[in-house]
Amino acid sequence: MGAELTRHVKRNLVAYIALLPMAVVVIFAYLGTMAWSVRLSFSSSKLLPRNDFVGIAQYLTLFDTPRWLTSLGNLVIIAFFFLLICFVLGTLLAIFIDQNVRAESLFRTVFLYPYAMSFVVAGLIWQWILNPDLGIQHTMHGLGFSGFVLDWVVNSKMVLYAIILATVWHGSGLVMALILAGLRGVDTEIWRATRIDGIPTWRVYLSIVLPMLRPMIITSLVLLSISIVKMYDVVVAMTNGGPGTASEVPAKFIMDNLFERANIGLATAASTVMLVTVLLVMAPVIYSQYFRKSGRAS
Amino acid sequence: MSSVSLQNLEISYGNVAIVKNLDLTIQDGEFLVLLGPSGCGKSTLLSAIGGLADVSGGRILFNDKDVTWTDPKDRGIGMVFQSYALYPTMSVERNLSFGLRIAGIDRAIIEKKVKWASELLQIDHLLDRKPSALSGGQRQRVAIGRALVRDADIFLFDEPLSNLDAKLRAELRLEIKKLHKTLKSTMIYVTHDQIEALTLADRIAVMKDGLIQQLDTPLNVYNKPANEFVGSFLGSPAMNKVKGELVAEGDRLFFADGAFRLDVSRYPFAQKIESGRKVVLGLRPEHILPARGETQAIEGKVSLIEPMGSSILAWSIFDGISLSHLVGQDDGCEADRTFPVTIDIQKASFFDVDTGWRL
Amino acid sequence: MPQAKSATKRPLTYQEVWGRVGIYAFLGVLALFFLLPLYVMLVTSFKSMDEIRLGLIFSLPQQFSIDAWIKAWTSACTGLECTGLRVGFGNSVKILVPSVIFSILLGAINGYALSFWKVKGANVLFACLLLGSFVPYQVFIYPLVRFYAQTGIYGSLSAIVLTHIIFGMPVMTLLFRNYYSGLPVELFKAARIDGAGFWRIFISIILPMSVPIAIVAVIMQVTAIWNDFLLGLVFAGRENLPMTVQLNNIVNTTTGERAYNVNMAATVLTSLVPLTVYLVSGRWFVRGIASGAVKG
Repeated sequence: MGAELTRHVKRNLVAYIALLPMAVVVIFAYLGTMAWSVRLSFSSSKLLPRNDFVGIAQYLTLFDTPRWLTSLGNLVIIAFFFLLICFVLGTLLAIFIDQNVRAESLFRTVFLYPYAMSFVVAGLIWQWILNPDLGIQHTMHGLGFSGFVLDWVVNSKMVLYAIILATVWHGSGLVMALILAGLRGVDTEIWRATRIDGIPTWRVYLSIVLPMLRPMIITSLVLLSISIVKMYDVVVAMTNGGPGTASEVPAKFIMDNLFERANIGLATAASTVMLVTVLLVMAPVIYSQYFRKSGRAS
Repeated sequence: MSSVSLQNLEISYGNVAIVKNLDLTIQDGEFLVLLGPSGCGKSTLLSAIGGLADVSGGRILFNDKDVTWTDPKDRGIGMVFQSYALYPTMSVERNLSFGLRIAGIDRAIIEKKVKWASELLQIDHLLDRKPSALSGGQRQRVAIGRALVRDADIFLFDEPLSNLDAKLRAELRLEIKKLHKTLKSTMIYVTHDQIEALTLADRIAVMKDGLIQQLDTPLNVYNKPANEFVGSFLGSPAMNKVKGELVAEGDRLFFADGAFRLDVSRYPFAQKIESGRKVVLGLRPEHILPARGETQAIEGKVSLIEPMGSSILAWSIFDGISLSHLVGQDDGCEADRTFPVTIDIQKASFFDVDTGWRL
Repeated sequence: MPQAKSATKRPLTYQEVWGRVGIYAFLGVLALFFLLPLYVMLVTSFKSMDEIRLGLIFSLPQQFSIDAWIKAWTSACTGLECTGLRVGFGNSVKILVPSVIFSILLGAINGYALSFWKVKGANVLFACLLLGSFVPYQVFIYPLVRFYAQTGIYGSLSAIVLTHIIFGMPVMTLLFRNYYSGLPVELFKAARIDGAGFWRIFISIILPMSVPIAIVAVIMQVTAIWNDFLLGLVFAGRENLPMTVQLNNIVNTTTGERAYNVNMAATVLTSLVPLTVYLVSGRWFVRGIASGAVKG
């Protein structure tokens, strides 16, 4: 057995060496940092990391911090509406574009271009458009509609919807592109069969085609979910968490506590909560999406 | 039960004519096969009959009723596709019943129809499965079943067996033939496979470049090909083709190409042939028979033999002409030896060298 | 037959006509919604501040001026420094070029080794890598900061480039692995029988076949790295802040009246690189999204 292993390694030695950078990155930059982050969340670290052990004290503090609870609540609301609207809008766009429209590539280009831009840019643009002193409200007042109010970015009740609007503008093109690619991949004979069966077009999409596109739908939802959990830039650019703490999100909470509030223990506790949540939600998806059809290496 | 009549049918995509001025009448209960190489327009023609392709000219009549612009679902047709086109996320039962459910048909009737079709096709034990859990043959049975439950008067098959392996193909071919016998519906079947065409059809329409080359019974299409194309498209092993000249000597007529001469006086020419006419002789390998001492035998030198199981295909040179011919396993035909054969000239075909049409 | 030629086109029913109208109306309205921000930015950037104060954010500039663009590029202020966006642009290029080259090269090597060679444990490593790409950066950031500080590269160009290589690795590896898995394995076997080794096969056979996927990789990495904000903010250091961070600083840290025309010109300038990549690459961009399927 041992001799066999040596022979195998010898034969493929260069391949082992070539994968060394990847191994180093995975072990140190991903797993190592992750482990250390988790470890720090059980310490009393403030400005500098400490090696003591305070149990779950940081977690107790964390879930006693209104700002964190607000962040979590905001994330849930944003994620729900963002995913729902992106999915519905993106799917509708894809289906409508698929109806043999003229200037198809123009429409595709228009719907996807926001995705090519940075979140910072998306945040800034919509902040201006929704800014009462500059954007739509200002324009309406200029036109004589002095009672018109559109103050989402400065209204703590509506600010989340401003963020949702900006992120939907940024992300629904992705769903459109992926679903459209999927629609184009559907066997044309299926469509012919449905015409023989006399199934109305909307029903074909709903009952036959969309179920067939499950992998695309999952992929796009996964991509969007990741971007919404990581969401930081857009909030910083658009509202910087305000007004007050009305648009705080977890990613920003962590960054603030790491670099401004010097509360490393609390920040790592928060990031551990995010880590665990993401792993719990994503692990089955990743498994079914990427590992069932594993490479041929074996 | 329905007859189908196509009148002056034209189908084109842009400026490209796929089907040109085509007339075709299919009898009630007939099994018609559209046979031809890929790109000959046969599938497009079938799509037009099914209402899935717009025609650019002419009419389509079902039972003397104009259905040229009728919606596919209202034509009383069932269609079976090459890729099966089953709805992949639905169970077999749902695949069979979906169209009926959409049409708002009574549950009990749907159930009865699904039961009848699935039993007829022996897929009743598969009703709960998804298409991905079925073999190719089972999938095609389901696809046929989907056409069956529609109570179609006309069944359209678009290369239904092309994705199956040889054994399954033979099995389902038989199945379809039985089905036709049971249902007695009109069936129109597109294929590029000559065996399917010959075994299934009441009549075969051989197509090329959007035109019907020959429309006849399988036997006639095979034995009396209307032109060179039909002659070489059908038949495996392929027909021998030799270019040459017809030469009259006294009351006898000879085919000649260089040193090769063959008495063809007994060939039933459809028209008067003048001496010196350039022709193509088409000879099927099974019509060149091992000689049993006949005087007319000609002798060739065997260059190569290909055992084909039940018989042997031999390639021999006869006075500079290479012909393939079938010999039995016990005929003692060996490579590099001479071998005498006789040619059954009555079963040969002559084609005009320019037009390719049968003489 | 008189009717034979008359039926050249199926007559559209009323329902179908209205259906077409509806389709175009839906797409048209949404296209306007998607284009609105870009339009607002462009028209505002060519206006003077006096005109902006008047309101009417959607109107075309009455006096067309590129002053705001010049100011954004050469002298817009972040706090007390008034150096313009060109500094950030230069920094972004400095970060972009090495990050893109090294991350793609590593991705290709990883993908090649994973799909053609038998390396024990490689698939487990790859699984961890993929899983890592789903985890928010916030989990890794602090330990990485400490690590860079220890090795003395914190806040340098090397730190941000290395960070981009690390976080680009999952997507790049996945992209190339999937692409190579689609290549015929006989090619690899034939080369092995011809006596070629690991690098020889990679350089002579695999790399020349990788052009299409390399283009996709370049598109993905250029847009991703150019648009990055968080990593640049944390790791690049004062001297190397990328354009996105500088943009946010220009826009959100100014005191007094905001120069909206300059800000919007700056925003468009910042988007110019990814937007150009997007418009030029067309379908390749979509292919990147579809085949990568994970984005860092």
